Amino acid sequence: MHVDLYEKIWMWGAGGVIVLFLGTIGIATVSQGRLPPSHVEVIDPQTVFADERFAERGVTINPDGSAVVTMIAMMFNFLPNEIRVPANTPVTFRLASPDVVHGFQIVGTNGNTMVVPGYVSQFTTTFDTPGEYLITCNEYCGLGHHNMSATLIVEEGT
Amino acid sequence: MIHNRRLATANIGVAIAAFGVATFMALMQSLSRASLDLPWRSARMYYLSVTGHGVLMAIVFTTFFIMALGVVFTTSALNRPLKWPKVGWVAFWIAVVGTAMTTWAILWGKATVLYTFYPPLQAHWAFYVGATLLVVGSWVWGAAVIATYLAWKKENPGKPVPLAVYGILSTIIVWYLATIGVASEMLFLLIPWSLGLKETVDPLLARMLFWFFGHPLVYFWLLPAYVVWYAVVPREAGGKLFSDPLARMVFALFIILSTPVGFHHQFMDPGISAGWKMAHTIATFAILFPSLVTAFTVTASLEVAGRMRGAKGWFDWIWKLPWNNPLVASVLLSMILFAVGGFGGAINAAFGMNAVVHNTAWIQGHFHLTVGTAVALTFMGTAYWLVPKLVGRDLELSLLAKWQPYLWFLGMLLFSISNHITGLMGMPRRVYEAGYGGSEIAAQWSGLTLVSAVGGILLFVSASFFLLCMLGTVLAGRKAEQPELRFADALEGEPTRVLVFDRIWAWVVVAVILVAIAYAYPLADHLAMERFGSPGFKPF
Repeated sequence: MHVDLYEKIWMWGAGGVIVLFLGTIGIATVSQGRLPPSHVEVIDPQTVFADERFAERGVTINPDGSAVVTMIAMMFNFLPNEIRVPANTPVTFRLASPDVVHGFQIVGTNGNTMVVPGYVSQFTTTFDTPGEYLITCNEYCGLGHHNMSATLIVEEGT
Repeated sequence: MIHNRRLATANIGVAIAAFGVATFMALMQSLSRASLDLPWRSARMYYLSVTGHGVLMAIVFTTFFIMALGVVFTTSALNRPLKWPKVGWVAFWIAVVGTAMTTWAILWGKATVLYTFYPPLQAHWAFYVGATLLVVGSWVWGAAVIATYLAWKKENPGKPVPLAVYGILSTIIVWYLATIGVASEMLFLLIPWSLGLKETVDPLLARMLFWFFGHPLVYFWLLPAYVVWYAVVPREAGGKLFSDPLARMVFALFIILSTPVGFHHQFMDPGISAGWKMAHTIATFAILFPSLVTAFTVTASLEVAGRMRGAKGWFDWIWKLPWNNPLVASVLLSMILFAVGGFGGAINAAFGMNAVVHNTAWIQGHFHLTVGTAVALTFMGTAYWLVPKLVGRDLELSLLAKWQPYLWFLGMLLFSISNHITGLMGMPRRVYEAGYGGSEIAAQWSGLTLVSAVGGILLFVSASFFLLCMLGTVLAGRKAEQPELRFADALEGEPTRVLVFDRIWAWVVVAVILVAIAYAYPLADHLAMERFGSPGFKPF
């Protein structure tokens, strides 16, 4: 098959760009642990409120200073609706839904996960800028979807 | 010459009607998003409209248009009518009945589940059954086209299949593979569940099956547009196709790479391991390759056209192209915006980086460049070229057809750029109101939502031009002999045959193996896990 010289160069270039993209992603994944939230843990969506993992919600501080935030995403609110976490310390978010699929996004950060009924969503992040953040539901969940939000306050560590 | 004209015309008619209805919905949505208080504005209306716009544009308009193109390109390139014309009509009517059921469910407010219909949001069963029938209709259409190709092959032993037919066959193969996912989701999960035969469904399993279908779906839209770019546009622009074998290579690569990529829509999902997400990321980036080759081959073909029109220097071939030809202008503008959309797509697929844009307005900005322009604008341009040939009438209101692609381009620039930026700022997609109770953070988005609304208005005007032009042509166009449908010649004359591309079924085998690798293990793993189902919810 005859392939024009310029097109050959272009195709090698295209292959090179793809390898470069994948290489960059690979390096970010391995060296910085930039993984998408991929926690595997199941929960019965019909008994989320009674489940011991979600019966008590809010922020817990571990002995090492890191924080765990336990929240329920439901039509059309987050429980609790306002949370306070320390800055510059790892914060693990754990979420479950008792009804439909929701989204959870901390606006202005890369904190983003789906909340799928039947599964526990979990990811860990660190906030380096204290201040007030808006949390939105970013997956359509019904007529009140656009009202579903919460507030995250990142406080200066002591 | 084109055979089975009435069948093609019927398909394209339904496509354009669906486009017309969805266009009005789009205008309302973009105004609503900018918080412009209009008398009929309500959350119920907004979400109903998002559902209708998504289904009618992304599924109905595209599928019917592609069915029309399949009939036109196959019969004209092979110069024989469909082997089973009645089967073609059966396909059409099954798809029409399905579309009517789904549209009824949406417009009557019984299926405000958006076009992704993620359970446990539960629509009326007619929504699911109708959508399934539309897919079944398209399967029957695919069988009618394949049967015609096989009959032609028997009549013409040893002849290479024309490029346009090669592209249409690839489209059908990608579609058959893709729809395994959505058909399983419908038949095993959603239809029995919506009829009350099944108490609960596993929402994550449904999402896996949906995205098994949802990403190759975009290649089902894109490949027919590529057929137009490769097989029609070079001649229409006054040139020749730069490389016939590479065009075939592109279609063959899409056959094998289209499906094992779906997890890149589920990066943010719990319950799927990061390893499988990474495997799908690699296949997703591999699929950039055939599109990058297309960018070269089609641009080079256009350069050939410019030079055949007398261009001499390095760049003046660009200005020699017929920018006032609606089809050529549509494709040129589509290609420009598709280049931007393609790089945006690479960001969406970039594993960790996806967290910044997932489910934000960035996504709607992205796919309005790809399906909303590269595909939809190419289809509109194709309609200006094709509909006169189908109905034997001159294009009416052709001045509107000349301006329409430019207006679309401009409207889409405003709409898409503003949505990409608000997306990076964290504004979610698909929200009726983005005020969040007066939140200061949300207030920063408001100027850009106005820009997006202005883009929406321009797109609406552009779409109206298209609809007027089509209606005018069919109802009032001057009856006249139209030029024959002819495909582009290859630059090298009789194209070299590369046997490996002629063996289209061998590519199908490779594709099936890749799909099995990418999905069999994670699906089996998922099904083996202890899982809990969800009952249905109808919060609309």
